[in-house]
Amino acid sequence: MIASLFPQSVSTFGGEIDHVFWMIFYIVGFFFIVAEALLVYFAIRYRRGAQTRAFYNRGNTRREAAWVLVPALIVLCFDLGIDSAGHRAWQLVKGTPPPSQVEVKVTAKQFNWNFTYPDAAGKLDSSNNVTLENELHVPVGKVVRLTLSSEDVIHSFWVPNLRLKQDVVPGRKIIAWFEATKPGRYEIACSELCGFGHYSMRGEVIVHTPDDYGKWRAENLDNKSASN
Amino acid sequence: MNVKSAEHDEHAAGFVRRYIFSVDHKVIAKQYMALSAVMALIGGGSSYLIRWQLAWPETSIPGWGPIGPDNYNALITLHGTVMVFFVAMPFLLGGFGNYLIPLMVGADDMAFPRLNAMSFWTLFAASAVLIASFFVPNGPAAAGWTSYVPLSDKAVYTGVTWGQNLWILAVALEFASFLMGGVNFLVTGLNLRARGLTLMRLPMLVWMEMTAAVVFLLSVGPLVAGAIMLLLDRVAGTSFFQPDRGGDPILWEHLFWFFGHPEVYVVALPGFGIILEVIPVFTRKPIFGYSMIVYSTLAAGLLSFIVWAHHMFVSGMDPRLASPFSITTIMISVPFAIIVFAMIASLWKGAINLASPMLFALGGLATFIIGGVTGIFLGSAASDIYMHGTYFVVAHFHYTLFPVLFFGGFAGMYFWFPKMFGRMMNEALGKIHFWVSFIAFNGVFIPLFLVGIGGSPRRIYELSSYEMLKPLQPFHVIATVFAIILLLGQIPFIVNFFYSMVRGPVAEKNPWHANTLEWTVSSPPKHPNFSPPPRVYRDPYEYSVPGAAHDWIAQNELDQQGAQAAGR
Repeated sequence: MIASLFPQSVSTFGGEIDHVFWMIFYIVGFFFIVAEALLVYFAIRYRRGAQTRAFYNRGNTRREAAWVLVPALIVLCFDLGIDSAGHRAWQLVKGTPPPSQVEVKVTAKQFNWNFTYPDAAGKLDSSNNVTLENELHVPVGKVVRLTLSSEDVIHSFWVPNLRLKQDVVPGRKIIAWFEATKPGRYEIACSELCGFGHYSMRGEVIVHTPDDYGKWRAENLDNKSASN
Repeated sequence: MNVKSAEHDEHAAGFVRRYIFSVDHKVIAKQYMALSAVMALIGGGSSYLIRWQLAWPETSIPGWGPIGPDNYNALITLHGTVMVFFVAMPFLLGGFGNYLIPLMVGADDMAFPRLNAMSFWTLFAASAVLIASFFVPNGPAAAGWTSYVPLSDKAVYTGVTWGQNLWILAVALEFASFLMGGVNFLVTGLNLRARGLTLMRLPMLVWMEMTAAVVFLLSVGPLVAGAIMLLLDRVAGTSFFQPDRGGDPILWEHLFWFFGHPEVYVVALPGFGIILEVIPVFTRKPIFGYSMIVYSTLAAGLLSFIVWAHHMFVSGMDPRLASPFSITTIMISVPFAIIVFAMIASLWKGAINLASPMLFALGGLATFIIGGVTGIFLGSAASDIYMHGTYFVVAHFHYTLFPVLFFGGFAGMYFWFPKMFGRMMNEALGKIHFWVSFIAFNGVFIPLFLVGIGGSPRRIYELSSYEMLKPLQPFHVIATVFAIILLLGQIPFIVNFFYSMVRGPVAEKNPWHANTLEWTVSSPPKHPNFSPPPRVYRDPYEYSVPGAAHDWIAQNELDQQGAQAAGR
């Protein structure tokens, strides 16, 4: 049920993030069930009968306190396990990005995503750059490097299928990357409140097969930058 | 000092001095509660509009009319601001803290009664400013309760002008109010304790309120500075947060969350305190591991200062900061696990009476566990990449704040109502109130976890803008139906409250057979509270002591052991 709610993962690191999710899910699920079961069981089992008196214990001897402290110690051990798995996944996604094969500049502004492609010489700041509105075209199986910046307020670049989220902050250039594993169209949402039109700041990542991407480039990028 | 003269004025004075500009902590506590109740109507009403819009975006809201995206953003801003700053804090700190700290430590009033009154009236002014912000040209603040910059910094980004300025002013006044209140809580709890009431004999609520006060006092300073900087940016042309003129938007996030995270504990701890007062009385046994809970509370308070950046994992801050903040954040599960396990252990072999206060206390505990465990998904930076800014966050923080504010708050209301108003509340209505609220609350927020797992960003006016979110729409409908039930479920309480206040059975001094000092004085307590000053001989939760005549022994009750300790 829960697994089916996740949008399909289509990035190389998506599986790692999902793995951390499920690891946490089973660990906290265990503690959740045990704690709630004890709570309900005690509340029913020890409901006051006719003239029963409660058992007097204060939980302040070491022996008694162990009933709480040992489970808390187990919690700590699981915490460290989660930290360690989480660190590895985080490093993969947000650590030093791998060498990129496709570069795109992403400029967010109320309420659009603009994607700027390098010119034939590979430059991102020339007058021959092609900029597309709300459409990010990338090839499958290639590392895409995004340089994110904002013209106005903070936005957040969020592609659930890619398991990629990164705030886009005015005054900063923030690097993000991904490598898509499956061709298709995937929605981009803004996930930081950015004003009146925040709810409709929608874009799309279009992941092409290598052939299609070549065709798309020839028609949309190479032609236009040459004709400029 | 002039406590005495203030008291004399009080007796001589008429209605206004006694009930409006009173310096009696019990009257001020009720004023806080009344104010928070009024603000809760606004906060609850806003949730109705928000929920309706999310479930049936195409329709006009019954009793209100259609709302646009600008109204929607204003409503979510209002809802968060009101619920955290103008309902939770006034109710749990201003209300219960004020009423109970002096009574529980055996004092006649707060250490600084006039400061106490000033604290309330400052909050009153803050509330008035916030409400006024709805009626200024260009509308109220619409940048979220977090007011991230530069969205909140330049009028051009939201179109909001004075609405945002007044929001900043209202929040700053609220901070000033609780700074005064916090000092009072701390000094009263530490310095006005009755003879024999050592720190480790303090009722848990006093510990929790004092810890909350300290956490608030130490964390709010940076955000007060931040609020002033934001206001200057807006009205005086400075550029603290404007990147095109050398400012830094992420600075605001640091200042906000350095306060914002500890603020969660400022609200949560008093709610825990109430639950911890209720549990021993309705299990008839001592709290399990009193000192463990005290130390865990202090540890959680300390840790709360070094976890704030978990709100900012994907903000663009240095990614190397993520893992250290993940570790501290997830570490906080340890002290809270100790507190929760100790609460559960306190039920073991008790003689449990599931009266309304206990139902609410257990309901708070049961739901807080969900809030606690779901925090791990957000505290781990890796899974937060996915969950950050989604409905999962919304569901998570409602599962942490609702248990303490609503279930904790109502546990306290049903428990201390006889003390406050001298009459008992109706049990049947109390139980209906509990079960309807408990089921409806879970019915609202479990679907929202699922919406978050589906990837939906929060603060979205209309889900249908995204193809991927359309399948999640049924969850919003379920959540809204339960939200309406939850709101209607408060009617039994309102009826019960007002009916019991005039017609409820008269309450004796100590209807629950509880041990702490507030139950040793009349219901409601007279002014001054205690004459002569009480003397404490024992721990607060000595229930079902083997060999004792009753299953409870009041803290001020003298026995053989106490008499020896007192040197008589």
